[in-house]
Amino acid sequence: MQVTLRIFRYNPEKDKKPYYDRFQIEADPTDRVLDLLEYVKGQFDGTLSFRRSCAHGICGSDAMRINGHNRLACKILVKELSRKITIEPILGMRVVKDLIVEMEPFFDSYRKVLPYLINDETPPKKERLQSPEARLRFDDTTKCILCACCTTSCPSFWASEEYVGPAAIVTAHRFIFDSRDQAGAERLRILSDQFGVYRCHTIFNCTVACPREIQITKAIGEVKKAIAIGKIE
Amino acid sequence: MTNYHQYDVVVIGAGGAGLMAALYASKNASTAVLSKLYPTRSHTGTAQGGVGAALGNIEEDHAEWHTYDTVKGSDYLGDQDAIEFMCQEAIQAVYELEHMGLPFSRTPQGKIDQRPFGGHTNNVTGKPVPRACFAADRTGHMILQTLYQQCIKNNVTFFNEFHVLDVLIENGVAAGAVAVELATGELHVFHAKSVIFATGGHGRIWEITSNAYSFTGDGVAVTLRRGIPAEDMEFFQFHPTGIYRLGILITEGVRGEGGVLINDKGERFMEHYAPKVKDLASRDVVSRAMYLEMREGRGIGGKRYLYLDMRPETVNKYAALDGRKRPDGSPYVVTGEELLHKLPDIVDFNRTYLGIDPVSQMMPVQPTAHYAMGGIPTNKLGQVVIDEQNNVLPGLYAAGEVACVSVHGANRLGTNSLLDLIVFGKYAGLEAAQYANGVAFQSLPADPTEFTRQQIDAILQADGEEKAFEIGKEMKSVMFDEVGVFRTAEGMGHALEKVRELRERLKHVRKVDRGKVFNTELLNIWELGNLLELAEVTTVSALARNESRGGHAREDYPKRDDQNWLKHTLAWMQDGEIKLGYKPVVITKYPPKERVY
Repeated sequence: MQVTLRIFRYNPEKDKKPYYDRFQIEADPTDRVLDLLEYVKGQFDGTLSFRRSCAHGICGSDAMRINGHNRLACKILVKELSRKITIEPILGMRVVKDLIVEMEPFFDSYRKVLPYLINDETPPKKERLQSPEARLRFDDTTKCILCACCTTSCPSFWASEEYVGPAAIVTAHRFIFDSRDQAGAERLRILSDQFGVYRCHTIFNCTVACPREIQITKAIGEVKKAIAIGKIE
Repeated sequence: MTNYHQYDVVVIGAGGAGLMAALYASKNASTAVLSKLYPTRSHTGTAQGGVGAALGNIEEDHAEWHTYDTVKGSDYLGDQDAIEFMCQEAIQAVYELEHMGLPFSRTPQGKIDQRPFGGHTNNVTGKPVPRACFAADRTGHMILQTLYQQCIKNNVTFFNEFHVLDVLIENGVAAGAVAVELATGELHVFHAKSVIFATGGHGRIWEITSNAYSFTGDGVAVTLRRGIPAEDMEFFQFHPTGIYRLGILITEGVRGEGGVLINDKGERFMEHYAPKVKDLASRDVVSRAMYLEMREGRGIGGKRYLYLDMRPETVNKYAALDGRKRPDGSPYVVTGEELLHKLPDIVDFNRTYLGIDPVSQMMPVQPTAHYAMGGIPTNKLGQVVIDEQNNVLPGLYAAGEVACVSVHGANRLGTNSLLDLIVFGKYAGLEAAQYANGVAFQSLPADPTEFTRQQIDAILQADGEEKAFEIGKEMKSVMFDEVGVFRTAEGMGHALEKVRELRERLKHVRKVDRGKVFNTELLNIWELGNLLELAEVTTVSALARNESRGGHAREDYPKRDDQNWLKHTLAWMQDGEIKLGYKPVVITKYPPKERVY
């Protein structure tokens, strides 16, 4: 089938402002959008720049705005889209070149929530025990691949870059509700400030955008509740 | 000099091995990690089924059994001292990951859960033993995340999106590395006492692969160009179950949970090839069986794929026939819900890419290029060894898939790659820091970026008609057909000719982007050059080895030949020519015998 790609272009060394390139190509309905980008780069324009690595939705490199929705280019097939496909960088981050955005601020927010297990007790010789139920409590939020699809789909983030954003809260949730962790209170304190969870207005864009199908809005709600009742349950 | 940095230890690559090395090196020495990707994008994250360690949480198990299984899995080409070391270390290493916060799946008693995997057996009964410690089907993802989190906690210094193009060796000692910063195109010199390569594998040589775009063999290519040999490059693993045509990995954990391979006649054909462990034989054995089935016309609809069936009714039928039991002695019976819970990503991949639900439909699979057993030769402390006598190059280290210790020999067992990362990453990091603390910095060459610039300029000066995209496609195709699961002298001869032609054609690519910012075209061509070089080394090494062993199956030499070939290949690149040498295999407790599953 014939598809038309409309791709956001911006080369800081050449362009005063961004523009869109169009490519008409023959595609298979089961092609990934990433396959089309690779094809365009390989056949027509080597300067087209985007990040990618694993190509099957695990490494989180290729978050893009595809027909207005945040997606991983490797996890959306042509048949799921119209024959006109518009590909743009994710919103709310500085565009470095074409579809590549500056990711450091995103990882800064991630680092703010103490994204590591904190437990000062000497561990046992073997594993710490954790019941399957306790493990299940935070299972969903361990799936996060830090692709930024959620954070950059969030109107509250667009309005204020200081908002730590859904991805950082997902990471915080993964530790707050881990029975082995001891720093939940500290993380709740961090997330209760003006750039924390209360910036979330339950718009659900994040949940829709998540390529890992994490129930992000629910996770944020659980963190809000823990702050409100002063208890992690 | 601008863009000059100095660290005691420089780690190249930020996957499991690199992060583990960085964690341990940074405890005792100033350490920087250089990675062409953001660390969490590394390929470790795609590992699914588990990390092997004889915890015995489900059934009796011993590190000695793990050792023997690994030796046997390696088709006796693995170095037994290193294998024993790895399997002994495994248990503590897995507990350490748990202590770091890794969210393993749990048994009802709250212990780390374990599942059976190919080639891992109870050495008394010969039956599969649950040895793979897992976090659902995203164990690699959880290892990568946990190690990165620990690096943040420990303030490890990262240079993200810095692509290393050269290693500096002065007076026979490591002196540093040269990297291009992707965001600016600037070259950076990292002056270091120790350099650790942890850059992963090179599966992108082959058409059907589970490997990431970034798996372009950078570490082996860079060291080859600096006179360091590559070991056992003819041994590359084809994983039995890649999604048809896409190559995306479907974990062996599916078969661990009871899934079976089915041919066009509806038969569970592995019964004929591995009567004892059936679908849980070693990967090389299963991949060959699949090719033989397809050759006999029993591919699905006569095509080049078979079915992997994990529908509960199938799993339960064969579990009953095999007499498989739960730990409490009850018959092994699964529900769709349980499989969905244990293998959520497998379900997701199938829905996304094939539109099928593996709990009610069978998955079309074919062998997919998966793992490099070969690589930069090292000893069990991660030190790079550069000749037949295992002499060390001081200050140079390698760990993970880029390295060849060799613990995997001619065929790696599933779950031993993640184990390799954490054990040898740790020791490489410890050793690199200890070495650095005892020596002074080597002086740098007068022009440390000279060789890097030569390589870049050669690409930028090209002004031909060739498309790198097409050259890459032709390489992948010929390597998959001729240097794949089965090989012949004739086919490999043809592949070698083709690869040499492609290397020549790569010098005549059309004009390349000259921009500085994220010039991915330039770097992709440099990476393709690496792949072509490694494809040639692989083929030359494979052509010379006139026997079949593990992942190297010669139709013209179908038998293993211990008399002549119980030895490791070393390949050097000298003035563009490949020179081969050999070194003995370390055998301690397990003399080679016939390998039957």
